[in-house]
Amino acid sequence: MPREGEPDKPSDFLTAVKEAAIAALVAFGLFVLLIGIRTDQGPTGALVFTTRFGALAAIVAGVFVATLLRALFWRRLTLSFGQIAPASVKNAVARLTNYAAAAFLVFALVVPIIFYGNRYLLDLGILIVTYTMLGFGLNIVVGLAGLLDLGYVAFYAVGAYSYALIAQYFGLSFWICLPLAGILAAFAGILLGFPVLRLRGDYLAIVTLGFGEIIRLILLNWQSLTGGPNGIPGIPRPSFFGLPFNNSEHGFAATFGLTYSPTHRIVFLYYIILALALLTNWVTLRLRRLPIGRAWEALREDEIACRALGVNTTTTKLTAFAMGAMFGGFAGAFFATRQGFISPESFTFTESALVLAIVVLGGMGSQLGVAVAATVMLGGFELFREFDQYRMLVFGAAMVAIVIYRPRGLVATRTPSVLLGKIKDIPAPIVRDARTETPA
Amino acid sequence: MTAPVLMVEHLTMRFGGLVAVNDLSLVVRRKEITALIGPNGAGKTTLFNCITGFYKPTVGRLLLSHSDGKSFLLERMMEFRIARDARVARTFQNVRLFAGMTLLENLLVAQHNTLMAASGYTMLGLFGFPGYARAQRRAVDRARYWLDRVGLAERADDPAGALPYGAQRRLEIARAMCTEPVLLCLDEPAAGLNNRESAELNTFLRAIRDENGTSILLIEHDMGVVMEISDHIAVLDYGIMIADGAPAAVRNDPKVIAAYLGVADEEIAQAEASL
Repeated sequence: MPREGEPDKPSDFLTAVKEAAIAALVAFGLFVLLIGIRTDQGPTGALVFTTRFGALAAIVAGVFVATLLRALFWRRLTLSFGQIAPASVKNAVARLTNYAAAAFLVFALVVPIIFYGNRYLLDLGILIVTYTMLGFGLNIVVGLAGLLDLGYVAFYAVGAYSYALIAQYFGLSFWICLPLAGILAAFAGILLGFPVLRLRGDYLAIVTLGFGEIIRLILLNWQSLTGGPNGIPGIPRPSFFGLPFNNSEHGFAATFGLTYSPTHRIVFLYYIILALALLTNWVTLRLRRLPIGRAWEALREDEIACRALGVNTTTTKLTAFAMGAMFGGFAGAFFATRQGFISPESFTFTESALVLAIVVLGGMGSQLGVAVAATVMLGGFELFREFDQYRMLVFGAAMVAIVIYRPRGLVATRTPSVLLGKIKDIPAPIVRDARTETPA
Repeated sequence: MTAPVLMVEHLTMRFGGLVAVNDLSLVVRRKEITALIGPNGAGKTTLFNCITGFYKPTVGRLLLSHSDGKSFLLERMMEFRIARDARVARTFQNVRLFAGMTLLENLLVAQHNTLMAASGYTMLGLFGFPGYARAQRRAVDRARYWLDRVGLAERADDPAGALPYGAQRRLEIARAMCTEPVLLCLDEPAAGLNNRESAELNTFLRAIRDENGTSILLIEHDMGVVMEISDHIAVLDYGIMIADGAPAAVRNDPKVIAAYLGVADEEIAQAEASL
């Protein structure tokens, strides 16, 4: 029975029912053909028409109940958490996030020691750190400069093929090829940057998407240079200051008096990519505090105001593209040396989408967010491997949940690059991102 | 008498069939406040956009000269060069701040070119050379000076988007002043301000003119502000300059009154009869 002070209670309930009914109707419209009706191949080869109205009714009812509960309770719940949580708890949470980055780094450093015997986890670790690095690189373009790039895999591919081809044709070692691959990828970034200087938002996204495909198609079709769909096999492995990781007399294990184990190379690879990722992180954090980084962020906030203040937006955009691409190129060279074999199949749009998803989930512009998102996404993929085809369903559901409840990503606040007083984070709704168009 | 800071000569700006500014000539004198007034659609903002390089004029010359004798033809320069080399700063009709960045960061972006050079175009700054730290400290000092001038020093570390509207307008002027302009172009600086705020704005703009020696060109609809602070007023209507002179003279000009208040039907009939 409603009390005196809550006269709006019944109307609250009515709106919730209405909302739930609409959701149920939408679910019905969606699933009536997908689930309600089914055609199977019968014993004679003809199609047999079957109905599954029971399952359909269950789904629609489920959607109705879930929406109703959410409308009735969830909103109040989320609202009240911020209000009822005592200051001490909030402070503790805030302090915890301060240490989160350091804890994360320490954990990343000791992974090969903890999981030394577990080749599978070490490989997964390398994969996660590679994507973290790609996320860091893309974060410069998307998170800081606000240029939505859907073709980031192109730079990854340029880096990988640069290393593979230079190593193949000129026999240079990994450590010489690594910077070359980065430089070549940076050039590719500038090459992409020039024609898209005037574009923003959706338009830029479409052109970069096309650029990613162009690079892949070139790699696929330039048979004489890249081997086309056959790829490039036998890419040389990196050495430890000239010591190869093999079972020979001059190998790494023999020199240091260890018994040979193939895990040495895996651990070495892990530390290489970790060092590269940390370098990317360090450079990004430094750049944010330099005028170029502030110009990138200003560009994201308002390009016209930038030009009115004498910021050369052309070079600013190009440096953002070049920087992001360079780190993508480093990661690509690493990928090539780790796999030992590359083909255009490794550089499809899915990779770009995955890296962009990591950046968006992590919170645009946030380094810690990107690292956490990469771990959660790729770790999650592995965790749900048993679910087989439902894996993508879980992934999709997680994405939807993030978009609804944390639209600005896991770490959504922005830390100012320079301060007069004490540290204060900027709440997300004020900060612009690559998805918002510049006001006319 | 020194040379005028800006000479606009026979400026025409056409958008297809529309002539927004038609053969306009105007002189903006140094260390004076020049106001540009006129009804909506008179071409004031178009003229601003031509001066600051956001539009390329169809015809005409824009000659800007510094007090040391250096001069620039603005119609030939990219907008960021006009801000950087010719030192023309501007604000916008609808405030354009970097909303997600702090007040201090906003003012540091305005000093981008100085800082960029000091950071050795990023390379020296990246490796922590001390020259850059010094330059940044100087830049922060300048930013703090301007924040003090507009009374926002308390909020230096707050995001610009969180400021109330009047404060955002002041911050935008402070940001423009951080580029050390020779000519400051203000597009409706008093729009949306209350009486007290616009009185403060008057004092502030006079101080910029007298203490910093910056010439100011402003578009304004608030006649209280215009008549009080302008040294010189130019009136535009349909892209043509209809009056030009001291406030008192412009105020009583029949053409200006006609442009603002309209003309009685019999006067039109008279004028047509006399043709």
